[in-house]
Formats: sequence, C-alpha cells, structure tokens
Amino acid sequence: MIDLKYTVKDFKSDSEVRWCPGCGDYAIMNAVQRAMAGLGIPHEKYAVISGIGCSSRFPYYMSTYGFHTIHGRAAAIASGVKLANPDLSVWMISGDGDSLAIGGNHFIHLVRRNIDINLILFNNRIYGLTKGQYSPTCDRGFKSKTSPFGTVEDPFVPGQLVIGARGSFFARSLDGNMKMSQSVFEAAAKHKGTSVVEVLQNCVIYNNGIHGAITDPNHKAERQLHLEHGKPMIFGAENEKGLVFENAKLKVVEIGKDGVTIDDILVHDATEVDPTLHMALINMQLPDFPVAFGVIRNVEALVYDTEMAKQIDEVQQKRKVTCVDELLNSGNTWEVTGNGTPDSTSC
Amino acid sequence: MKDAKVIELDEVTIRFSGDSGDGMQLTGTLFSDATALLGNDISTFPDYPSEIRAPQGTVGGVSGFQVQFGKRLVNTPGDLAHVLVAMNPAAVKANAKFINPGGTIIYDSDSFNEKNLKKAKFSTDDPFAECNLEDFFKIPVPISTLTKESLKEFGLDNKSVLRSKNMFALGLVCWMFNRPLDYIEEFLGKKFAKKPVVVEANVKVLHDGFNYGMTMQHMTPSYLVNPAVIENGTYRTINGNHATAWGFLAAAEKSGRELFLGSYPITPATDILSALSERKDLGVKTFQAEDEIAGVTSAIGAAFAGDLAVTTTSGPGLALKGEAIGLAVMAELPLVVVNVQRGGPSTGLPTKTEQSDLLQALYGRNGESPVVVVAASTPSDCFWYAYKASQIALERMVPVILMTDGFLGNGSEPWKVPTMAEMPPITPRVAKDASSFKAYKRDPETLAREWAYPGMAGFEHRIGGLEKDETGTVSHDTENHQINTELREEKVQRVADLVPDLEVCGDGDGEVLVVGWGGTFGHLVSAVRELRKEGKNVSHAHFNYIKPLPKNTAEIFGKFKKIIVCELNMGQFASYLRDEMPDFKYEQLNKLKGLPFTVDEVKQSVYKLLED
Repeated sequence: MIDLKYTVKDFKSDSEVRWCPGCGDYAIMNAVQRAMAGLGIPHEKYAVISGIGCSSRFPYYMSTYGFHTIHGRAAAIASGVKLANPDLSVWMISGDGDSLAIGGNHFIHLVRRNIDINLILFNNRIYGLTKGQYSPTCDRGFKSKTSPFGTVEDPFVPGQLVIGARGSFFARSLDGNMKMSQSVFEAAAKHKGTSVVEVLQNCVIYNNGIHGAITDPNHKAERQLHLEHGKPMIFGAENEKGLVFENAKLKVVEIGKDGVTIDDILVHDATEVDPTLHMALINMQLPDFPVAFGVIRNVEALVYDTEMAKQIDEVQQKRKVTCVDELLNSGNTWEVTGNGTPDSTSC
Repeated sequence: MKDAKVIELDEVTIRFSGDSGDGMQLTGTLFSDATALLGNDISTFPDYPSEIRAPQGTVGGVSGFQVQFGKRLVNTPGDLAHVLVAMNPAAVKANAKFINPGGTIIYDSDSFNEKNLKKAKFSTDDPFAECNLEDFFKIPVPISTLTKESLKEFGLDNKSVLRSKNMFALGLVCWMFNRPLDYIEEFLGKKFAKKPVVVEANVKVLHDGFNYGMTMQHMTPSYLVNPAVIENGTYRTINGNHATAWGFLAAAEKSGRELFLGSYPITPATDILSALSERKDLGVKTFQAEDEIAGVTSAIGAAFAGDLAVTTTSGPGLALKGEAIGLAVMAELPLVVVNVQRGGPSTGLPTKTEQSDLLQALYGRNGESPVVVVAASTPSDCFWYAYKASQIALERMVPVILMTDGFLGNGSEPWKVPTMAEMPPITPRVAKDASSFKAYKRDPETLAREWAYPGMAGFEHRIGGLEKDETGTVSHDTENHQINTELREEKVQRVADLVPDLEVCGDGDGEVLVVGWGGTFGHLVSAVRELRKEGKNVSHAHFNYIKPLPKNTAEIFGKFKKIIVCELNMGQFASYLRDEMPDFKYEQLNKLKGLPFTVDEVKQSVYKLLED
C-alpha cells in the first residue's frame, strides 16, 4: 500500500525558490504544501497548473506534477487536465493580472462550469513580474508606472465575479496567516466543484503594504472578520462587535449596546444557496466594515467533470456502437461485390 | 417501360440551387446518397452563403449543392453542371456561369414572377436572355403550384406546403436519372418519425415529382449513368469533416488513449465538433470551450494528462491559438490541431474554400516554433490523415497541424470503409522506467521525449513554456537555448522517417509536373488525366506532408523540365518550396475566388506552359 503519511517536505522540489525575500508567496506555498500533505491524496495525483506572473512560478517549486503555462490560460488548461482524468486533484495557481485581466474569460467560465479545481488567486493588486503596472484589482486613482496620474477605472472584486458566475465556493485568506490559509485550502480541496480562494498577498517590491491597513497588528482584530460556518459573525479585540442584517444591508453593531445581544448577531451559513448575504460579506470594506475572511460560500452544485462522466456512462449503457469498426459499418452502407478490375486510379 | 429518349452518359454534374431556406443542401445530399447507393462514384460540393437566411430571393442568398456522379471514378464535383435545378430567378443569375454549354435548366416557373425577378435584380422579364442562357435547354415546371395541388388533401398551411417543394424537384430529378426513391423515403421516415403527417406529405410530393417527369417525358430527357467499376468492399458516403472526426476515433482506439476534443464553433469546422459530440458511446470527451484559445489550451491540458488531445478550427481560430501551439511546441506535448481552411483574411469568406493558411500553419507563432504540417486531399482521406496526424503526435511528442478546407470538409464521396485491423499500430511514448525518467530525455533516433502524466507514481515532474534543461527545470543558459532550438526543429525533420515517398501520377519524368497540396487533389488529378489522354507529357505530384516534406521530393522535381505549383492562394506552397528546394524553378497557378479550381482552368495553364 502507498504510504499516505506525507510531510511538507514531500511536496517541495529541488528547484531554488526565486521569489523576492519577504514575498508573501512563500507563506502561501507553505500553506498549500501543508494542506496537501494532510489530505490523504496520493502524491502522484496532484497536478499544479499555473499561468504567468510571479505566483505562477509556483509549480516549479513543488514536487508534484506541475505545468507552468501561458498568460491567462491556466483555467482552460487545468480544465483539460481535470476532464482528461477526473481522478486527479487539480490545483490552479494564478494572480490578479493572470486571472482577472488576460484570463478573465476563462476564469468566469471555469467558475460557471463548476469543474472540480482548486483555484488559488494571489491578489497583490499589482503586476510584479513586469515590474509594477496597475492591475484590475487596483483602486481608482492608484498610481503606478503605467498610471502616473492615477487610474481612471474601478477595480474588479474577485468574489463578486465568482458570485456573478454562479460560483459554488469562495474563500478569502491572508498570506501572513498560514493557519487560516491552510484551513481554507483544505476546505477548498474537499469542496466538489470550482473552489476559488483569494489570498491577499503582499508584494514587497512594487506594492508593499497594500493590504497593510487590514493586517496592521494593532487594528487587525476590528478590521478582520473571520467567518466560520455555523458561528456568529463577531470580531473586535474582545469579540464585542458583530454583524446584523438591517434594511437589506449589513450593519456593524456592538454587543451589549442598545440592547443588542449575541443572539441578534448573524450566524454564518456558507451553505446557503441564495448568494445575497455572501455577496454582502464579500463587499465589506474598510473603514465602515471589517474585511471578511475564511470560507464565505461553500454550496453544493452539479460538477461538470462528474456530469460529463455520467453522461458518457449513460449513453454507453444504451449504446449500439461499441467500437470503431461497428461505427464504420453503421448506418447507410452498401456492398460492392463481383466487380472486375477497378478503374485505374493512376493517370 | 420508358419510351422517352434515354441518354447514356459516363458522368453527370447536377447543381441544385435555390434560396438558402429552400432546403437545397438536403435535396442535394439525398440525391447524392441515393446515387452512391446505386453504385455510382460521386463527389459533392455544397456552396452556400454565410447568412443563415439572407434576404429571400436575392442573389446573395442563393444556396447551391453540386454533385458529379459517374460510371468511372469521379474525383471532383464537376466544373460545370449538366443540369441546373433553379428554384428562383436569383438561382439562375448566381449560377449562370456554372452551367455546361447545352445544359438543362429545370426551374420553378411559379417563382419567376415580377417580384422575384426584381429581387434578383433582373431588369427585363427574360432572365435567361440577360444571363446569355438562350441556347440552353430549359424546362419550366410550376413546382409551387404542383406541390400545392399535391398536398391539397393534407390540410397543411401554405408555408408548410411550400416547404415540401424541394421534394418535388428531387422526385423529378430522380426520374430523370433513374434513381429509385426507396432510400429517400426511408430517410424521410426516420427524420420526421415523430411527425407522420410530414413524412406522408413529403413522400407524396416526392412521388408526384417523379411521376410528373414520367408523364411529361416528351419534354424531359432521361439519363442513364451506369454504376462505376470500383473495388469490392463495404462503402458509405462520407464528408471530410465526419471523416476527420472518425479518424481521431480510430486513432484513439488504436493507441489505447481516451479522446479529448476542445473546440469552439467556427465555420466550416464545427461539424467535426458535432460529429464527435455524438460519439459519447465511444467515450469521447468533447468540450465546447468559451473561445478558440480555451479550445486549444484545454486540449493541451488533456495532452498533459494523458489523452489523445485535439482541437479543431478554421483560419481565424488558428490565429488565436498561435501562442498556445507554441506552448505545446515548447512543452513537447502530443496535440493535433485541425484547420478547416476558409477564405481570409479576417472573417473573409467563411463558407468558401481557400488554402491561404499554409504559411500561418508553418510559421504563425512567436519564436522558432516548428510543428508538423499534414494536409488531407479528399473528403474520405481526411480519415487517414487525422489518423496519421494522431500517430505522429503520439509517437513523436510533437504538435501536428492537419490542414483540410471547406471544400473537403463539406464535400462528400463514397468511401470504402477500412477495418481497424488494417490500420497501422500507434505506440504512444508512455514512460516506463521511473528511475531513469527525465522529462526531456530524448530517444536518440527520433529525438522524441517520453510521456509521463499525472497519476503515474514516481514520474512526478514539472514542464512549462520557459526554456528548460533535460529534467524540465527552467534554464536561461544561452548555449542550452541554442541546442534546444535546434533539437526541436530536428525532431520535426525526423518525422520524415514516417512519411511515405512522394508518388508521381503519370510518367516519372517529362515536360511538366503539376504540383499541388491538400484539397486540390481531385481537380488536379482529373486535369492531368485528361491532358494525358490528349497525349500531353504531363504528370502530377500531390503533397500530403508539408513539413517535413517527403524525402524524395528533390529527386522527383529534378526529373521534370517545368514545375507548376497550383494552389488556392497567392503562392504560399510555391514560396515554401523555393525556400526548402531552391534548386528548381516554380511556375504558379493561383486562384482566390472562394471556389475550387476547375479542371479546365488547370488544363489551360498547362497548355500555356507546354507552348512556352
């Protein structure tokens, strides 16, 4: 029998890791490796597919099967891998430029089809590998090498795209919080269908501190809401704050103030099919709200690769044609017999 | 039984023509199938507009279907029609130049009214005179009226009734050419199985059309075309797109690989996607992607994961796939890309045929990006070349581009079906020994790497689009890039070992060698045959393998005084040959009208060459 007791080391390759010192990618990779080691899936069944960008160098640093492909297309390539062999655990590594700009089309269609792939979206809100141009997740007015006077466009919010494309799983994590990352990666792997995990990642060189307001140790308790399925949506240093839903909007309240008790606080239900509340959680921004982390949405939905296999199976149950020879001789055929020498085909 | 004049012919070309909503494609197909079942050799050519329903009655909306059948082997759908069936004035205008001198025009006289003449932009009430067709034999038949009369008992609405008038025309033509109706009846019965009234109505009109011919035999000649003498065996009619699809099924079965097709609908390649979508019974995985790029990249993913991976497209789609094909070149994955060529550039002439993507297939990618390029030459041999393209990809770990075109894809012919036992073996290079495995370790003979895919324990490795060393690890070493660039090219060149010698049709040496590639085969071989019958010193060599070229190419070229390269573009293969075989002088015959060559225009260009 295969020994499935892996350690993180079993998932590291010999290649020298070449991300910048201090890059958030290191911690994310570590969390992925920890998650993989514990999932009970044979090592050879992991396939890690990436596009282009800093994060997309990821497969080279893994000891699993890996494919570093072309810009924006990892979602389509990963789809082909999974459909060719649904038995594999397919992980896709991508960034905000790779998945939301050049690969936006493939991203939404992967989510819509709900192919069983775990997509880790490294969101550093910058193009790092090409040295600092603005990305589709940059806020309006963001100054960069290609927007020296500030951008004049609004950003994508990745979770909104996932909900818009009828996504069945969306989670958010932080590069620096390995424990949280590992746990959402595990949840993503266990979810049947496309699991999108947005990891807020810091680019130390071109966009250092872009998520600083969220990660600031002095304020993170009131600026981060860590969601857990079945648990109340509370946050703050003393867990004194919570969320309620009022007039079709989320609202921050203080427990113990104005008669609010813990029982008034929303309880997180990641499995709710109606995406209204999940969308509201995704949309929460500083300073009025904390930023939501953890598994925001995790609902059951039909999975493309399973349905494809099922359809083939159903057709094969009733099939009349079982091999190519039978196909060639099916339908309208006729026999030519007793002919003499055929007309010469030569000139 | 028949006292009408019976004309015995060796081969006949019929063109069915009408509004794109008149059902001419179905009419032509049914006539062709019935004809093939009777034992004639056939070749068909659907010629239709890109609009699904162009403005009714206009020349732009005319849809045509041409079929040639004969008692000898038929290689083309015919240059000019002996019989034109015209459902409206626009059909006469659109086809005037495609009718054989002295040919017959059967037309629906009901539709030749002022309104329709105006729509077809005739300025007088004599469309035939305006098109210089006075000397042709014309048979006016009030098809619309007769169809209405035929169905008056059925209580159908006017629109449904007129939808059956193509069956009247079909019945009439079947009588003229002595085709029995049983096959067509059977087809209608199956197609409309859930609507017995529709079956009954169509069969009634079909018979009435047939009987009309018999009754009016004083004015309609009846033709007899005896069956062709062809090799014994089981036959079926097949078009190029179906043959392509089935070739991949055969290759998948033979190689023991599952078949994956990633594709995006595009004219005229879509039929391959639909033909394979039908074959869930044989386990085919078809993936209709969100765009052309996802079509090829999903296939590349499937190739990485161990499937026989295919993507199908036409010219504009090949342009979009370029970067991804470069990835397959760099990663060295088995991938087959089918390009069913159409008129370009840009959207060009989507429903018309052309051969103008050859240089795109050869060179249309960034970097030094060699791929194998193969071309099918008849509708039925698309099966063989799809099979061979798969074999080369799987055995040599290299992307292969298979070139067909709209003429082959939509054209059909009888095909002696092969058996799987006679198909050559395909041995994918699946890695066997984990301890010695390296991602880019090459076979010393073929330079092909080994294929190990996710799920195979002990072979875990990484590949990608970056330049790499033998293990697959990224390498920016300058010497390594030079070596690998040359290796990738050399690997493609060594595919020549799998390529059969170029054959000459005719004499092995002489005055003129007519050279072609791909879908022009039928017209070129017919032209050369006729020229040789006339005693001209002309031979024909046709290329199915473009890159690499057959090894004996230069040897054959050296034996002819003149070489003329005939192709439906501005001279792409000629310029490739000038580059690859610079020792020869190449004359050119080029055509860009969205149509195949005619046998006659090929002959004329050879006459000229013989005179010079």
